[in-house]
Amino acid sequence: MAKAKSNTEDYLRMYRQMVRIRTFEDNANQLYLSAKMPGLTHMYSGEEAVAVGICEALTDADRITSTHRGHGHCVAKGAEFKQMFCELLGKAEGYCRGKGGSMHIADQSHGNLGANAIVGGSMGIATGSALRAKLQGSDDVTVCFFGDGATAQGLMYEVMNMAALWSLPVIYACENNGYSEYTKTEEIAAGSITARAEAFGIEAHQVDGQDVLAVNDLTRKLVARARKGEGPFFMELMTYRYHGHHVGDINREYYRSKEEEKDWKENRDPIIRFRAHLVSEGIATEEDLDAMNAEVEKDAAEAVAYALDAAYPDASEVDQHVFAA
Amino acid sequence: MREITLSQAVNEAIAEEMRRDPTVFLMGEDVAEAGTPFKVLSGLVEEFGTDRVIDTPISEPGFVGLAVGAAMTGARPIVDLMFGDFIYLVMDQLCNQAAKQHYMSGGKLTVPMVLRTNMGATRRSAAQHSQSLQALVAHIPGLKVAMPSSAYEAKGLMKTAIRDNNPVVIFEDKLMYQDKAPVPEEEFLIPFGVANVKREGTDITLIGTSSMVQVAEKAAELLAAEGISAEVIDPRTIVPLDEATLLESVRKTSRAIVIDEGHQSYGVTAEIASRLNEKAFYHLDAPILRMGAMDVPVPFSPALEDLTVPTPEQVVANARKLCAGELIHAA
Ligand SMILES: Cc1ncc(C[n+]2csc(CCOP(=O)(O)OP(=O)(O)O)c2C)c(N)n1
Ligand SMILES: [Mg+2]
Repeated sequence: MAKAKSNTEDYLRMYRQMVRIRTFEDNANQLYLSAKMPGLTHMYSGEEAVAVGICEALTDADRITSTHRGHGHCVAKGAEFKQMFCELLGKAEGYCRGKGGSMHIADQSHGNLGANAIVGGSMGIATGSALRAKLQGSDDVTVCFFGDGATAQGLMYEVMNMAALWSLPVIYACENNGYSEYTKTEEIAAGSITARAEAFGIEAHQVDGQDVLAVNDLTRKLVARARKGEGPFFMELMTYRYHGHHVGDINREYYRSKEEEKDWKENRDPIIRFRAHLVSEGIATEEDLDAMNAEVEKDAAEAVAYALDAAYPDASEVDQHVFAA
Repeated sequence: MREITLSQAVNEAIAEEMRRDPTVFLMGEDVAEAGTPFKVLSGLVEEFGTDRVIDTPISEPGFVGLAVGAAMTGARPIVDLMFGDFIYLVMDQLCNQAAKQHYMSGGKLTVPMVLRTNMGATRRSAAQHSQSLQALVAHIPGLKVAMPSSAYEAKGLMKTAIRDNNPVVIFEDKLMYQDKAPVPEEEFLIPFGVANVKREGTDITLIGTSSMVQVAEKAAELLAAEGISAEVIDPRTIVPLDEATLLESVRKTSRAIVIDEGHQSYGVTAEIASRLNEKAFYHLDAPILRMGAMDVPVPFSPALEDLTVPTPEQVVANARKLCAGELIHAA
C-alpha cells in the first residue's frame, strides 16, 4: 500500500465505491447467466482500484470518457445503481432511456461522457473536452480511460500529439489488464506503453492498479498539475480482469491459466488489500466493513429488483433523440 | 444587391457567428495564416487569433474527434476537412461518435458541430480529390447535410449550421468558390429542410443539388427554347429533406429528373427518386430518372473526367424523351 493519509471519510468512501463496483458486476453477471439481461457485457471486477482511485481525485465538473468495460468508471464517477441496472436491462428509467445499454452508459450529471463500444473511440472526445476547457478558461480536467488494446489505435497518437502541443488538461489512463480480448498484451504491443506517451513529451507513470491509494495519490497530483496547465499526463495502470473478456467468455484456459487468475484474485485483489489496510491502520473494523458490504449488497438487490420490474420505453421513443432540438 | 463569391460568403458567415458566439471556434489543417488552400478562411485568424482559429496537425480522425468532445462539453467547433475525399478517414468519429451521442444517451448529450468540406469533380484532381460523398453521410441517422448551390445559400446555410445543435456536414463545391451571387449585406439565415423553387415550370421537375442546380437551370433554359417548361428545385439540405415541396412540384409536372454529383448507384438521386415514386406514383407520367456521376473512380484525363458528371445537354436530352413519353431505361 502507498503511504496512508489520514482522511477516514475518503478512505471509507473509496472502499465502499470499490465494493459497489464489485457488487454491481456480480449482479450484472447473474442477470446475464439467468438470461434476464439482453446482450453481453464486460465485467470490471478486479480493476476497481483503477476507476475508484482516479475518480475519487475528480470533481463532478471534471469529465471522464469510458470504455466497453465501463460499469466501474460509471459507478466510480457517482452513478446510481437503479438507473444503471435499468439501462443494462433496456428500461426507460435507465441513464440513457435504455437506448445505450451497457456499452454506452453516459451519466452527464456526474461528468461521465459515456462508455464507448469502439476500442479507443473516445480518445478524441476526451481530448476535445480538454481543448474546450482550455479555450473557455475553465479549470476542469478530463480523464480518458482505455485499455492496453486501444494503444494499437492510430487515433491515440494523433490526439496525444495535439494534447501535448497545446498543453491540454487531459489525463490518459491506460488500464493494462494484460489482455485485449483473448490475446496477451505483449503479443500486440511492441516496446513500452509509457514510452509511447513520452515520445510526445508527455510525462508518463506506471502505477500498481491494484493499490487504490497509489492510484489516488498519483491522480491527485496529476489532476492538480493539469488544472494549472501542466498537462497532459499519461498513466499506465497495471491491473487484471477477473472474468472473461465478456460475460460469455467462460472457458478461457486456451489463453490464460487458472493459476494466473487465482494468483491475482488471492494475492493482489484491490478490495482485500485495502480492507486489510483499513483494519490494520485502525480506520475500520472487520465488522464495520462487513456491515458496509451488506448494505451495498442490499442496495444492489433492491436496484436489480426495481430494474427487473421497471417499464420498457414506449415504442414512440424509438425515433426520439435522433436529432437534438 | 452586392455580389460576393461563395468563398467570401462562407468567410462572412463564419466571422459573423464567431463574433456573435464566443463558443464558436474553427479548427483544421492550414486554416489560420494560410486560410486553407482555397483561401476561404483568409483574414479570420487576424480577427479572432490563434486560440479560435486553430491550425492542426494532419490528423483528420484526431481533430474531428476533438471537435466531437469539445461540442459535447459546451463549445461549437467548426472543423475544416480540406477535401471531401478525406471523409473516409474520419468515418468513425463522424458516424459512430458524433452522429450517435444524442440518441445513445437518450437525449442527454448533444454534439453541436459543423464539418465543412467540399465536393465536385472536373478540377483535374483525379480520383482521391474529386469525390462527392454526401450520400455516405446522409445515410447516417443523426447527421444533417447541407449542400449550398450559390454564395447566398453558402452563407445562410453555414450560419444555420453553426447554430444547430446537431452535427452538420456542409459540402461546398470547390469549383464554385469564385462564383459570385447576390448576397444581402444584412444578416439572414436559411432554415434547414426548406427547398428553394429556383424556376417555376409545368412539364417536368428538375431537382438538383449544389452545382447541379446550375446544370438544371441551364437545362431549363435550353428546354424552354424547345417549348418544354421545366421547374427547377434546390433542396438545399438533403438531411432534412423538404419532401413536401418536391412532391408538390412532381404532382404538378408529373415528371422528374434528380441530379446530384455523387455516384449514381445507391446515391442521393436514388433516395429522392424512390421517395417521390412511393408518394406520388399515381401522379407520374414517366419513371423518375436519376442522374448522378458515373460509377467509376474519377479519372484524371480531362477527356475522360468530363464524361463522368451530368451536363445540361444530357439533362435536356433526357427531359425531352421523358416529356415525349419515351422510356430511357426500358427493360
Ligand atoms: C475498433 C474496434 N475494434 C475491435 C473491437 C472488438 N473489441 C472489443 S473489446 C476488444 C479488446 C479491447 O482490449 P483492451 O483495450 O485491452 O480493453 P479490455 O477489454 O482489456 O478492457 C476488442 C478487440 C471494437 N469494439 N472496436
Ligand atoms: Mg486489456
